[in-house]
Amino acid sequence: MVSLWVYLVLAAALFSIGAFGVLARRNAIAILMGVELMLNAVNINLVAFWRFVRPDGGSENMFGQVFTVFVFVVAAAEVAVGLAIIISVYRSKRSVIAEEVDLLKW
Amino acid sequence: MSLNEFINDPNLLPWLIPVGPLLAFFIIILATNRGRLARRAPGNPNYPDYDGMPVPEVTPSSIVLSVAVGWLGVMIAWVLSLITIVRALGEEGFGEHVFESGLDWLATGATALRMGVMVDPLTTVMLMMVPFAVTMIFIYSAGYSAGDPRKSRFFAYISLFAGAMLTLVVADNLLLLFVGWEIMGLCSYLLIGFWFEKKSAYDAAVKAFTTTRVADVLMLLGIAYLYAETGTLSFRTILRDSHLLEELANQPAIILGGSLSAAALMSILLIIGTVGKSAQFPLHVWLPDAMEGPTPVSAMIHAAAMVSAGVYMLIRMFPLFEAGSNLHGHGAEFAISTPLIFMAIIGGFTALFAATIAVAQDDVKRVLAYSTISQLGFMVAALGIGAYVAAAFHLITHAFFKALLFMSSGAVIHAMEHGEHHVHEHHDHHHDDEHHAEHDEHAHFDPQDMMNMGGLSKKIPWTFWPFLIGGLSLAGFPLLTAGFWSKDEILAEAWLGLTEGFGPHTFVFITLVAAAFLTAFYTMRQLALTFAGEPRTEEAEHASLTGSIAISMQLPLVILAFFALTAGFVGVPTDFPVFGPVFADVFPVEEVHVVDEAAEGGAGFGGEEEAASTEETAATGEEDAHAEEAGGHGDLKSNWFHHFISPTLIAAQEPPVIPFNVVPVLFSFAVALGGLFVGWAVYWRNPLETGQEDPLIGFLGRPLHNVLKNKYYIDEAYDWAFVRPIRWFSEVVVNEWIDKGLIDGILHTIAAIFTFIGDLLKVLNTWLIDGVGDGIPHLIAAFSAWFRRVQSGRIQQYLLIIMAAAILIGLVFAFSTGILTVSAAG
Amino acid sequence: MNIEITFETITFAIFGVLTLAGGIGVVTTRNLIHAALYLIVSLFGVAGIFILLAAPFLAAIQVLVYIGAIAILIIFGVMLTRGMTHLPERFNRQGGLAAVVVIGGFVVLLVGVILPVWGPNGAVAAEAQPIFMTTRDLGIALVDKEQFVLPFEVASVLLTAAMVGAIAIARDDESRD
Repeated sequence: MVSLWVYLVLAAALFSIGAFGVLARRNAIAILMGVELMLNAVNINLVAFWRFVRPDGGSENMFGQVFTVFVFVVAAAEVAVGLAIIISVYRSKRSVIAEEVDLLKW
Repeated sequence: MSLNEFINDPNLLPWLIPVGPLLAFFIIILATNRGRLARRAPGNPNYPDYDGMPVPEVTPSSIVLSVAVGWLGVMIAWVLSLITIVRALGEEGFGEHVFESGLDWLATGATALRMGVMVDPLTTVMLMMVPFAVTMIFIYSAGYSAGDPRKSRFFAYISLFAGAMLTLVVADNLLLLFVGWEIMGLCSYLLIGFWFEKKSAYDAAVKAFTTTRVADVLMLLGIAYLYAETGTLSFRTILRDSHLLEELANQPAIILGGSLSAAALMSILLIIGTVGKSAQFPLHVWLPDAMEGPTPVSAMIHAAAMVSAGVYMLIRMFPLFEAGSNLHGHGAEFAISTPLIFMAIIGGFTALFAATIAVAQDDVKRVLAYSTISQLGFMVAALGIGAYVAAAFHLITHAFFKALLFMSSGAVIHAMEHGEHHVHEHHDHHHDDEHHAEHDEHAHFDPQDMMNMGGLSKKIPWTFWPFLIGGLSLAGFPLLTAGFWSKDEILAEAWLGLTEGFGPHTFVFITLVAAAFLTAFYTMRQLALTFAGEPRTEEAEHASLTGSIAISMQLPLVILAFFALTAGFVGVPTDFPVFGPVFADVFPVEEVHVVDEAAEGGAGFGGEEEAASTEETAATGEEDAHAEEAGGHGDLKSNWFHHFISPTLIAAQEPPVIPFNVVPVLFSFAVALGGLFVGWAVYWRNPLETGQEDPLIGFLGRPLHNVLKNKYYIDEAYDWAFVRPIRWFSEVVVNEWIDKGLIDGILHTIAAIFTFIGDLLKVLNTWLIDGVGDGIPHLIAAFSAWFRRVQSGRIQQYLLIIMAAAILIGLVFAFSTGILTVSAAG
Repeated sequence: MNIEITFETITFAIFGVLTLAGGIGVVTTRNLIHAALYLIVSLFGVAGIFILLAAPFLAAIQVLVYIGAIAILIIFGVMLTRGMTHLPERFNRQGGLAAVVVIGGFVVLLVGVILPVWGPNGAVAAEAQPIFMTTRDLGIALVDKEQFVLPFEVASVLLTAAMVGAIAIARDDESRD
């Protein structure tokens, strides 16, 4: 039997890997992939908590899974818009390197 | 949730009662009040002079629309109130359970402020009076303010006022009550200063606002204290919990804890709120000045709304005030709590004090204003001796006859202004060249001065008769008028205490009897000066009311006059000779409850056990035993009003029915008839001639009369004690010393220093420019060059900072709160 | 913490390793096409974890939406930004600092979860709840008016808005006229 904490450690590790990708990769698309990893880590947590500790002590609810579904939806929307922005930036600057897109400075 | 559901559910219905007028306010303000600049219609008597200044004037169609919207709103409120009243009257054991609903509004930690409505017997009685009186005032206003360019605005204001009052009445907690209370404060400011072009009007508005503000702040403190101690502001939660009240009564207050209990401190703070709102001494000064507003406003303020609100709040919170006292001698030692003594003294003193001032006033509305203060003093004093039902009763009857009186006096003033206008035209016609001179001369004519009136009974009979009825009711004309029954009940309660040797009761009885005598006297004086004899001025000669204005203004008077006569019959003591049995039949108390009445009656004579077990009595088979016991006390059944209103309190606190006693009734007869007779003898039998001096001056002596006429110089005293020192302080200390002397001196010194430094700099010019002048910018530039790297525009750097910070904050939070350790237990 | 070797633990180990290894591949590979393929591996591992957690429907969605749609979308993105696929430098200047922060964060999470430094926190002892809920319950929960029908509808609006927004942003303005 795999305990809850094992899942949590797995999720924490995945989250940290994704976070590192977000913080350190130069390519914006790679950053987006890092975000996907982080979201997946969250999903693992949600489902694991649903499986082991339900908020109201085990009565019939599907909150954990339902939230995961919503995270899917948000992730899909985020990737669609994110890639559109990246392509748009690439078109104008011929670059998808996040450091070089520093328009926020101005 | 459909509207139908709302209307069919008596618990939800009260929500809708204030909605009509409030909606009307918004509709008028936002939609129908469409104005344009226009010149004042020449010769408009109802409007202060503008000297040809263009004023915003709404189009006739929008005026009609606004009036219609205002009427509609208040009518809806009235109809909903009537539905509520009918349901309440048909409800078994109403008072024990009530119509209420609420929702959590503002969570504050473990407790939440609730927003809710409630209709209990006291509210029901208020709902009988307020929407009805307000509706009458609305109808009257349409005529009164005819031709006023800002009529739409006027209707918007009074709609808001009515909405606020109804909110206050149906509120189930102190906070919502306070919301309504404050909106009314705002409205009274706006309405008293409605003719803000008149300096006296806006001065009066500011005075009313600031005076009541002093009281309201203290009241808010009381509310906050109550909330801090109990965690709730709901009336029924606090006031029906005798353990809680007892606890509060035994707990020392946070300040003055040695001499005051917590209950006493919060009570006194709340009472001060009423002292401001209901214009009790020493915060009464704003009310007479409030006469600067249009007359319907006076009626609204004095009768239906604002001042009633103050007394209503007192009646509502009475159990809190009473906490710790034992008024009805339920076997135990007589005890009276500090707040009650406070109320008795304030009320009794105000009643007498204001009555003496009213005697010497010449302004028709000011007499009524002081009489209002006096009558409110009656109510406060009645509460102070525990005469809960009598106070509520007097509140209702007073609202009817005082609204009537104010609106009648408004009609009188309107008629006088009409006469003035007529005189004007007359003169203008003949002396066209001297127009301006004439105008100036007549600008000093005061249509509110009773000395300018006389003989109006023949000019405006439809105003005279209602005025007469209202006046008699105010004077407490025996047996026929509402004012008699309610005043008599207060006196009877006081007398009962007097016979048992209670100090406060004695004080209240003496002051109120004296005040009642004066009331009868000045009422007769006012009636005689206004209506009797021959007109004393040309204006009075031509006074008249005509056309639709006359109908709109006088129809409400007639209706109100009817109630000023009959409203008192619901509260006729059942053991009153001849009248008692008659009205006990007219307003029967349902059979089921007779037993309860008996038990209550018994409680008055030391049978507190019965009062406590009132509820079970009807259900169990002990009816006969109790009925028998009740029989032993004679036919001491409570009257309809008493029976209806007393279940607002819990059984143990319900005021007992007092037995009929001939002494206070004789006093009532004597003071009412005596006062009326003296007034008649002095003023009516020999009406004043033109220019004749008030015979009162000869009677009292001029100095005393002047003191009274100038309201004991209270305004001057306040001016001397508060306004002048502050003004002196501002003008002399702040302006001359601090501002001109100290601050200017410092500034001059600093300026001199800087001039010196400037000279120095001039000398060291080159050195400084090279050194400091260039050095500082260089330093700043260097720092900026380093610091601007923080804003790199690189999203990942920002994210990194955010993440590190989040981890840090999380750690700090986890360690400082120990939240992780605590969750270990779970 | 003695872990008995059962079918479940072995399965978990396989999928866990897939997930983490895929993740590390995503953030370290120089070639972005490879990174996208690693991402697919990692997401597949997560789908397996979902099955272990008795959420088969989510596993299916994971495969369909994440692998089938999102990963493919990312590959398209990579291909549309050619010339950026092989960057000489994988990490930016703050890479080292980022690694420190991330490892620090991971340690905090780890300590918070496993070691009872702040007291036992329940995660260690939690027992799995009995499984009596099915995909049907999830479907009902999503469209039940007492539960999540409103967020569900809002989510669909969000997706529509994202689609419209993506088209509007990525559209080539020059090619319009």
